Amino acid sequence: MLRRPAPFRLADLFASLLPKAITVTEQFNNLIAQFWPTTVDGVVKGAIYALIALGYTMVYGVLRLINFAHSEIFMTGSIGALVVVTTLVAPTAGPVTGLGLVGLLLLMAVVSMAASGGMAVLLEQIAYRPLRKHGSSRLAALISAIGASLFLMEFFALVVIPWLFDRGGQGRNQIAMARFLEREEVFTIFGASVSNNDLLILAAALLMMFLLDQLVNRTKIGRGIRATAMDPQTAVLMGVNIDRIVRITFLVGGAMAGIAGMLFLLKYENTRYNIGFILGIKAFTAAVLGGIGNIRGALVGGFVLGLVENYGGAFFGGQWLNVVAFVVLVLVLMFRPTGILGESIQQARA
Amino acid sequence: MNDSIKNGKNSVSSFFDGVRDRWANAPTWQRYTVYVLLFVFALSLPTLPLGPIMSPHVDWPSLLFFPIGVYVLLALGLNIVVGQAGLLDLGFVAFYAIGAYHLAYLGTTFDWNFWVIVPIAILMAAVSGVVLGAPTLRLRGDYLAIVTLGFGEIVRITAMNTEAIGGTNGIPGIPHPPNIEEGPVLFGVEIFKYGLLDSAPYYYLLVVLCALVIILARRWERSRVGRAWSAIREDEDAAEVMGVPTFKFKLLAFAIGAAIGGATGVFWAGKVVSIVPQDFPFILSATILAAVVLGGSGNIPGVMLGAFLVAWLPERFRGLAEWRFMAFGAVLVLMMIFRPEGILPSRQRKAELKEGTGGMGSMGAEVGGPDSGEPVEVAK
Repeated sequence: MLRRPAPFRLADLFASLLPKAITVTEQFNNLIAQFWPTTVDGVVKGAIYALIALGYTMVYGVLRLINFAHSEIFMTGSIGALVVVTTLVAPTAGPVTGLGLVGLLLLMAVVSMAASGGMAVLLEQIAYRPLRKHGSSRLAALISAIGASLFLMEFFALVVIPWLFDRGGQGRNQIAMARFLEREEVFTIFGASVSNNDLLILAAALLMMFLLDQLVNRTKIGRGIRATAMDPQTAVLMGVNIDRIVRITFLVGGAMAGIAGMLFLLKYENTRYNIGFILGIKAFTAAVLGGIGNIRGALVGGFVLGLVENYGGAFFGGQWLNVVAFVVLVLVLMFRPTGILGESIQQARA
Repeated sequence: MNDSIKNGKNSVSSFFDGVRDRWANAPTWQRYTVYVLLFVFALSLPTLPLGPIMSPHVDWPSLLFFPIGVYVLLALGLNIVVGQAGLLDLGFVAFYAIGAYHLAYLGTTFDWNFWVIVPIAILMAAVSGVVLGAPTLRLRGDYLAIVTLGFGEIVRITAMNTEAIGGTNGIPGIPHPPNIEEGPVLFGVEIFKYGLLDSAPYYYLLVVLCALVIILARRWERSRVGRAWSAIREDEDAAEVMGVPTFKFKLLAFAIGAAIGGATGVFWAGKVVSIVPQDFPFILSATILAAVVLGGSGNIPGVMLGAFLVAWLPERFRGLAEWRFMAFGAVLVLMMIFRPEGILPSRQRKAELKEGTGGMGSMGAEVGGPDSGEPVEVAK
């Protein structure tokens, strides 16, 4: 019954490693050849990761909760933007230009932000606030977050998507967006083409990041958010309305995820009920990478992750893209759990 | 908000408390008689004429094997990690996959006997638990949740991308446990005849494994290890200060949980003939977590009840099967709000949850939380 495996010989081992060595050089050449296109793609992807990571990092800063359902808030934003496109643009209409394009993009942005922000506030109200009110454990809060995430995903697959896009019983399929923005090469960096689409995504993301940074660092609301993140008890004594701050944090973080959803749709031109799952983990990785609770850290983390992941994908092959991101997460947590820019909560609460 | 939370008890809880008191005070022989009867009852389940009531859509013994038996075992394993040690593991399915893949690979490549592979696979699952746990268990609890989630995905994607273990097509032709011809017959079933279409013999294997796991889990719970786990769960810093080597015990919990997950994977793969990476999705980890939380994490009968419900309800009510994950999600949220201790809670766990912190400390930004003494009313 027992068949013995072939006896082990060192020569065989070397013989089997030799092709590996050749492939490694090939992989490396591949990475070099594709370096600049990979970089451009990585930066654009990184901008989207960074926008989602902002929501994780802000909520973590204020509540010390991993808002597991943030990925579904992102998904809501992409669905919202898609609804605008499918309602206003006929599938065969061809490219939209001029003022119409600007209006369409603005409307997409507003709708996706409203959908995501509203969903985030609702989520906080239903799934987190009751727990916060009777001082539940963080384990309970995290489980509630997972439950909310699962519920939203399935709710969209079973109810919302079939209803919005008139697809009875097919809510789990990918939904494609008609291309309304003709992609043109604007300029090239070292032979890598940068399209108007890429530029638009990057510009929108940077604008939102700038606005958020101003909001948090320059306004009274931002001061409230920072105070709550540092020390909620003292913040209350200083007259900060915690409930309001928490709600605003969810609203702003949700709106950022909404914009990210819209930009994702512009880049990949499709969405799905579970699109947020992998992207959410990656964005969380970006937040941890930059230092969770640290808003500028989330931005840095997003771009770094986008680039590292793309280089890793170019080296090991595209099917390992997600594994690269997860391995990055594990490595960061092993060697520098406070992230690149340092964890701001840790400093405040040390 | 809700009275049952404020008082920590209601009529259901007090009924179970009464039952539990009587149970704890019963003489040893009575308790052992009940254990033996329960074991025999579990063994008799496939042959009892329950099929038409319990499972009108599928063959009842095969339903007992999967999902019910498998879910119960996985939940018992996850209970040690989540319920006893208070570590949230969202990638538990990875260990199940590792067990199953070991049987599939070793069994098809080397033609090894099923029973030779079982200990190897369990050991490898435990080792993978240690490998995953060693870098991450020093971290805060909520990081662990994300890392384990990532690990679960890594295992699945790696299995999909590695041609040596079949890639997306998985591994077909996995060996069954060896038959014993003319073996003993129990309830009219040849218990050691592992054919393709028999379910009951495989189910008996799961029952025996289950009994073994329960005995071990009980022993651990009552030992120094179990006390260390609950100390870690309640307040890790305090436990560390009191001289509990928290990292070591967390790693142990992780390894034991992984070993149980791996064992379940082996016995499951021993029946199903072929496995594919899609058999191990994240949603399975979430389902098992839902089972543990629903039943009452930390309490073995509760966890088994939770796993049974989570496995059986969607199969019994097939028309609603599509809605089950949505229902699980809603149930998780509602349970955390109204009854975080689960249907059949462990008494100790309930007390901890009433106190407010269960392992990871309380949520931030709460201002009437457990460590602020008198609740401060903020902006009604």
